[in-house]
Amino acid sequence: MERHHYDEMNAAPGEVRPHYRALSQWLAQTPPERVVEKRREADLLFHRVGITFAVYGDAQGAERLIPFDTIPRIIPLHEWELLVKGLTQRVTALNRFLHDIYHGQEILKAGVIPAEQVLTNEAFQVAMLGLDLPHQVYSHVSGVDLIRHNDGTWYVLEDNLRTPSGVSYMIEDRKMMMRLFPELFERQHVYPVEHYPGLLLETLRSIGPNAMHEGTVAVLTPGQYNSAYFEHSFLAQQMGVELVEGSDLFVKDGYVYMRTTAGRQRVDVIYRRVDDAFLDPLAFREDSLLGVPGLLSAYRAGHVSLANAIGTGVADDKSTYPYVPEMIRFYLGEEPLLANVPTWQCKRPEDLAYVKDHLSELVVKEVQGSGGYGMLVGPAATKAQIEAFAVRLKANPSNYIAQPTLSLSTCPTFVERGIAPRHVDLRPFVLSGREVKLVPGGLTRVALKEGSLVVNSSQGGGTKDTWVVD
Amino acid sequence: MLSRVADRIFWMSRQMERAENMARILGVTSNLVLFGTKDRQEQNLLAPLTITGTANVFEELGQPLTLETLIAFLALDPANPSSIYSCLRDARDNANEVRWQITSEMWETLNATWLEAKGMRRERVVGSGATHFFDWVKERSHLFRGVTYGTIVRGEAYNFSRMGTFLERADNTARILDVKYHILLPSVHDVGGALDFYQWAALLRSVSAFETYRALYHDQIFPIKVAELLILEQRMPRSLAACSFQINNALERIVGQHDHAAKRLAVELLARLTHADIEEIFQDGLHEFLMSVLADIIELGNRIQRAYLGMI
Repeated sequence: MERHHYDEMNAAPGEVRPHYRALSQWLAQTPPERVVEKRREADLLFHRVGITFAVYGDAQGAERLIPFDTIPRIIPLHEWELLVKGLTQRVTALNRFLHDIYHGQEILKAGVIPAEQVLTNEAFQVAMLGLDLPHQVYSHVSGVDLIRHNDGTWYVLEDNLRTPSGVSYMIEDRKMMMRLFPELFERQHVYPVEHYPGLLLETLRSIGPNAMHEGTVAVLTPGQYNSAYFEHSFLAQQMGVELVEGSDLFVKDGYVYMRTTAGRQRVDVIYRRVDDAFLDPLAFREDSLLGVPGLLSAYRAGHVSLANAIGTGVADDKSTYPYVPEMIRFYLGEEPLLANVPTWQCKRPEDLAYVKDHLSELVVKEVQGSGGYGMLVGPAATKAQIEAFAVRLKANPSNYIAQPTLSLSTCPTFVERGIAPRHVDLRPFVLSGREVKLVPGGLTRVALKEGSLVVNSSQGGGTKDTWVVD
Repeated sequence: MLSRVADRIFWMSRQMERAENMARILGVTSNLVLFGTKDRQEQNLLAPLTITGTANVFEELGQPLTLETLIAFLALDPANPSSIYSCLRDARDNANEVRWQITSEMWETLNATWLEAKGMRRERVVGSGATHFFDWVKERSHLFRGVTYGTIVRGEAYNFSRMGTFLERADNTARILDVKYHILLPSVHDVGGALDFYQWAALLRSVSAFETYRALYHDQIFPIKVAELLILEQRMPRSLAACSFQINNALERIVGQHDHAAKRLAVELLARLTHADIEEIFQDGLHEFLMSVLADIIELGNRIQRAYLGMI
């Protein structure tokens, strides 16, 4: 069943949205062979520069390219400005939430979010209790996944507050487009994104433990076998800072140092792309070879800053997600500007009643479930399946949440037989330090298989350049 | 520069130089076994194993020592850490880890070399294809060195790369000279015979010094002059003196906190090789002299490792 989707370029068949007009004209004028040739050139360039993601299960260290689509995803400036306001509001509230739950826990006392849900969450880090962070910011780099529903409304699908990746593709995709199709950038003013590494460095410096001197920043990577290693090296190089592995760092007398040819050198801020559990074998997983023994104690002493902070995962958790609009109201006293996907919690009688009546339209999930087990996808289920599920739901309502099935918008994309609509999402990157900043753009992921909603690069997803235009 | 990064760059360059030296040794061996008595042949086959210190490992494989098994072991065996195959693989892996601290041309050269070596079949390398293969390895090493010299910024990465290259080369020249001299020694008084001409010429060719010898000495090949050329001649780029000069140069440019021991030894070695006299060396024993230089080279490598590159 083909549902109705919002198309980013065409308002209706033959009716191009204003911000896509220049591109649409160019597409009509350009011979298809030229575009095909350019795509081949792009593949070659990506391979040569080594913009690949590692598939190191392969014994020979094979590296795969993430498919790059040459038709950009365009967002008009007025719409982008609304997104920026919404994202800033949301990330600010999430940071306030993180500070709160590791300090006074006012939101729990007020009963806005059930305390046990936060305190027993696996990602909640007791080690963070009472620790004061510069500017009270926890998630310095947030990758918020957005989708556009068929009514044109943007929804937040997920807040990624741990170690979100993909920003290197945002920059490399732009570089590639400018190289392949410089004439497109003459036709239309596209806001630049290349200054992201500069903003990131500024953000990282602003959270240094010593406000008086400009600290030494380093990027901590799990190493070359990590699938995002390219991005780690890319960002370190672009910021002009060292790319370190756990073994390059050591803690002495409460401070963190790196081993260099000229002796030890103090490190003040670590942009870490290593998960919480692996950061410090003395504090977390003792079998971790990726971390730095003693790092947590140096961190707690305020001698080194980590981006993102430890324990941010509790705020981007599936069970916390439904409460984000409440957080915004609680901390900021504002109405949320960006929509959450509505979530019905079946433990509430009124929610349960609604879910029961609308099972054929909803996706119903187990609260603790993952990987799609114990889940009902209403629109795709048979009548018998729905009836069987209703029995289970009635027996244990508090075990379930329900969400509507949202559609992802589509964007014209080059496929084997020409240009066809494919589903896309959007991940802008929100930087939070002394202030909140975004570059105008983000990572647009596209599901290259017809009808597919899966945009992940590991499952046949590709990327597009994302333009914000006047 | 991070110690780990310096370490990878240092070893990447050493491994590439080692692959080249192995190709040189095997190339000249392939030539030499065509000549001489059975006795001499066996010595010549054994020499590459002695030079690389792998005679025991080879013996454990329980294979007869022929030119073919020798090449299979020293050129292609992935289990032998000093085989050409292993050196090219390790050089590429090290480069991959620091690929943002070296130039993309350097990375691409090592990557392409490894991708080609990986697909090499035994049939192509032993027998008639051998010479071609050894030439290819040498060319790739020349290319890598040239690309490095021509593209990388003059900084720590460059210095550590140069140190790796010339330490490895000095090590190799000292070993080749010692082993070959030992084989050829019984015939020192027999200079001028056709066989010895080939033997000495092959030794010179293995370090690209045949033409240089002719150009510098305008004379027949005398063993003592060969030794002088390979030990003391500054103008000869594979001589011990020239390598020592380059190592010292690179080392002087590096700033460290605990590197006095390394820098002192580098200067001492350079002084010994600069202000030496070949007649004196022969009086005291060439073998003893080469062994003490080799010991210094190995110790210098250890001190560099300790001072800059992290734990051994």
